[in-house]
Amino acid sequence: MSQASQAGKPARIGTPRQDAALAEILGEYKHEKGALIPVLQKTQEVYGYVPREAMARISQDLKVPMSKLYGIATFYAQFHLKPRGENIIRVCQGTACHVRGGARILEAVQKELGIKPGETTPDLRFTIEPVACLGACGLSPVMMVNDDTYGRLTPEMVSEILARYARAAESA
Amino acid sequence: MKMINLTIDGRPVQVPEGTSILDAAGQLGIEIPTLCHAPELSVAGACRMCVVEVERARNLPASCATPVAEGMVVHTETPRVQKARRVVLELMLANHPKECLLCEKNGDCRLQDYAYRYQVNWPEAGKGGEVRTFPIDTTNPFFIRDHQKCILCGKCVRACQEVRGVAAIDYANRGFYTKITTAYDVPLQESPCQFCGQCVDACPVGALTPRQSIGVGRAWEIRKVQTTCTYCGVGCSIDLHVKGDRVVGASASKMSPANRGRICVKGKFGWDFIHRPDRLTTPLVRKGGGKDAELVPASWEEALDLVAKRLGEIRDKHGSEALAGLTSAKATNEENYLMQKLTRGVFGTNNIDHCARLCHASTVAGLAMAFGSGAMTNSIEEIDQSDVILVMGSNTTEGHPVIGLQVKNAVKKGAKLIVADPRKIELTELAHLHLQLVPGTNVALLNGLMHVILAEGLQSQKFIDSRTEGFARLKEAVAEYTPDYVSKITGVPAEKIREAARLYARAANATILYAMGITQHTTGTDNVLSIANLAMLCGQVGRPYTGVDPLRGQNNVQGACDMGGLPNVYPGYQPVDKPENREKFEASWGAELSDKPGLTVTEIMAAAEAGKIHGLYIFGENPMMSDPDLNHVEKALRHLDFLVVQDIFLTETAALADVVLPGVSFAEKDGSFTNTERRVQRVRQAVPPVGQARQDWEIIAEVAERMGHPWENRKPADVMREMAALTPIYGGISLERLGDEGLQWPCPTPEHPGTPYLHADKFSRGPGKFHAITFRKPAELPDKEYPLILTTGRILFHYHTGTLSRRSKGLGTLRPYERAEINPSDAERLDLADGDFAVVKSRRGQVTTRVQVTDRVPAGVVFMTFHFKESAANILTNNAVDPVAKIPEFKVAAVNVRKATAAEVEKLAGAGVELVAATGEGA
Repeated sequence: MSQASQAGKPARIGTPRQDAALAEILGEYKHEKGALIPVLQKTQEVYGYVPREAMARISQDLKVPMSKLYGIATFYAQFHLKPRGENIIRVCQGTACHVRGGARILEAVQKELGIKPGETTPDLRFTIEPVACLGACGLSPVMMVNDDTYGRLTPEMVSEILARYARAAESA
Repeated sequence: MKMINLTIDGRPVQVPEGTSILDAAGQLGIEIPTLCHAPELSVAGACRMCVVEVERARNLPASCATPVAEGMVVHTETPRVQKARRVVLELMLANHPKECLLCEKNGDCRLQDYAYRYQVNWPEAGKGGEVRTFPIDTTNPFFIRDHQKCILCGKCVRACQEVRGVAAIDYANRGFYTKITTAYDVPLQESPCQFCGQCVDACPVGALTPRQSIGVGRAWEIRKVQTTCTYCGVGCSIDLHVKGDRVVGASASKMSPANRGRICVKGKFGWDFIHRPDRLTTPLVRKGGGKDAELVPASWEEALDLVAKRLGEIRDKHGSEALAGLTSAKATNEENYLMQKLTRGVFGTNNIDHCARLCHASTVAGLAMAFGSGAMTNSIEEIDQSDVILVMGSNTTEGHPVIGLQVKNAVKKGAKLIVADPRKIELTELAHLHLQLVPGTNVALLNGLMHVILAEGLQSQKFIDSRTEGFARLKEAVAEYTPDYVSKITGVPAEKIREAARLYARAANATILYAMGITQHTTGTDNVLSIANLAMLCGQVGRPYTGVDPLRGQNNVQGACDMGGLPNVYPGYQPVDKPENREKFEASWGAELSDKPGLTVTEIMAAAEAGKIHGLYIFGENPMMSDPDLNHVEKALRHLDFLVVQDIFLTETAALADVVLPGVSFAEKDGSFTNTERRVQRVRQAVPPVGQARQDWEIIAEVAERMGHPWENRKPADVMREMAALTPIYGGISLERLGDEGLQWPCPTPEHPGTPYLHADKFSRGPGKFHAITFRKPAELPDKEYPLILTTGRILFHYHTGTLSRRSKGLGTLRPYERAEINPSDAERLDLADGDFAVVKSRRGQVTTRVQVTDRVPAGVVFMTFHFKESAANILTNNAVDPVAKIPEFKVAAVNVRKATAAEVEKLAGAGVELVAATGEGA
């Protein structure tokens, strides 16, 4: 079925500033072939993820099939198709952490937030990003929240650590 | 071309440089196994089945992706190669469901074949490892997608991207979770998928299964019959898959240059009307003979006797001119020939016409005046080699899908595309210029293009001087059509007019494709003459890849015209008013013929209403849906003394008949169709007639015999022979000669190879003739009471009056009702949202329909199809006709639109349901 556009002017995707940034990216890459990965990367920088409407806009402007963009975006782990939380939590599941109860830390995080790895809380505060090993075995069990590292964890500590980030967001 | 010598399996072979090892082996008859390779697709090298051993190479290269090299020594079946192939198969089988027992591909599955060839079995119990689990997609009405059976060869992806240019699907995710799907994994019907089935035909395993073929027969029980599709004028060659006396599937044939292995959703999945339970299986007559009596089954003897008696009585009482016949653009050439022979030779009148009157009468008239021959000048195969394509008034990708692919291919190869159309049709997405003109302003636009060309000196003076006449008058006529003036009339920006003119005129080879958007106007003939003017002005005709290409609508509308299904000409466009023609046909037929040109479809209807036509024989036409101003048509048909309808379903027209004669579908008959590019192609019988239905040629001949004219030639091959002897352009054509590729007329002698393009050295009429045309407005323009323009057309998923396509389960399910297109600005004003019901009203009547709010149509324009009887657009259309060709103005009518009341919505819900509901019972 032809995907004739439903409306004359482009619909809003994010904030006007974000949409303007996307338009600029598309203008920049309009005549460049084989630049889909940088286009998707820059789009993700703008919105924090690759919104479906943004992908549709890329498809339309760069005349690239939507199926192809989706293929690329789902092939590379770096692309996110759903909104991500303000805070990204990574709980180490490497061997050393595993031995010292890493799985229980992850469990505690899941319980605290009510989401599974790969998911985002409905208030968009937290995303649990699946990760294998963070490479800080000396601190095991370890987790990271954004760029902050927390080591020698017990499940009881999780709640208090996460609360800091929830508060930080509130006071901001 | 440099040739390369190599050795494969000890045998020397010489092939052109660049050939793959796989193809070189193929030349020696060595079949290297492959799962992901197809000659029409790009090389993927993905499946690794085709690996071979090349001496002095370290690894095993994939033969499909490795070009030959001088002195190469290749071994295709060494133990090392076989081991590698076994590993590939083992890995695939480890993740493949053990469902061969019920799988439709059983017996025709590459994976199964190669597992057998290399003796690879399923993994032992407990040793298979993890198995993918994806839900089976059963959401679309055409085929089932089983990702578990998918081997990720990617043939479907490449078929969709490369052959169709649709790219609805691609690989998604990675590694173990890789699957082939749409963007965001939505069902295909929510993606750009057009359900052409190219992916289904490409799939080497059972991942894509047509619903129609489930449980109906094994691969080895099915025979394939090559024939010609019954839907549109492209004339795709298809293979009908037959088991016993039933058609169970269809696929594209690669044999004919018309389609080269491509078909659309209608050809692939739309054939299931053949076995519908509501097919007519016995003759029907009105009980007791009264007009309002019930139609009841009758014997053939009774029905045929009645037809002959009543028509004979009318002829004797009111004269020959009180009778008329409509022949069928769906039927074969042979049947059309007999139908016009019946009308002319037995009824004694030239009152014979058919639906070409409603589609390309203006082409036949206009191109005959300009060039001397009213047909597509060039061939479908040439289109993708043009440099500039002007598509005007043709929604090619929906109306003629496979020709649409040729246009897409041309653009892919670098051609410039100009689309002139009031709507944003699919082709506008890849067009370099979209000239979005106001409906009915084609002459102004074309004159504007010619004005620019002349003003800038871009015309081909050499062609004008040597091949044409009347140039001075044309020059004078277009002088006032400056871009600014034309812009005011058409709404197309002046700069775009200039750009389009330059593109077309400067092209090395430019072609014009056009259809109903040009012809279905009261200025239809003027539009066609203007197109001919433009082509001659730039010398873009008479050479390959150029031309004036009217895209004909019905599968055999070209043939029905060629066979003399027109009131003014005998077969081969030989005028009836020329005594030498009449004498020739009189001598052959042993009948006295009228020298008076007959009435057209629209005139026949008017004459019926006026009481001048008393008896009408309608063969395979449905004027109660196809003609303009249906309320008027119904009045006319009801006014007849006697109406015979010969068809395969009880159409809206047949329901009004006094006698209904059941003919057969394309799958049940032999003969030929002539497609839009003048290619005469074989129609081959695949299954026996259903019930007591009879061959159409037999029915017509029986009526003739009962009216005192026993014909010697009745069977298709004999009829073709008789026709060819009387028709110079078909002189060299016989059914035997057509073979699998067909022949393009003119083909005057049995040795003639056929004619891919017309007017090579001179036009059929001698010099091409320019006509001075001035712009005239459509017959009916919007006003206060009817402020919107209604324009009509078709969609991809249905065909014409819906008699066949709405009886196809898949097509009927996917698009069960009309969705009139209306611009968001108009919709807002009228308080209509997408999917709402509206009443569309013209001076002639009103219909209720769902609306689709879309900027495909510009503000002020409403678009409707004529497929849906419960929302029949032709109740609204204007029956004002072109003065020359008598074609009605389907493309412009003034209407108003308002929101439907609850009662009107309810009434609509009750209408047409029998078709929608009945799709559930189909084959």
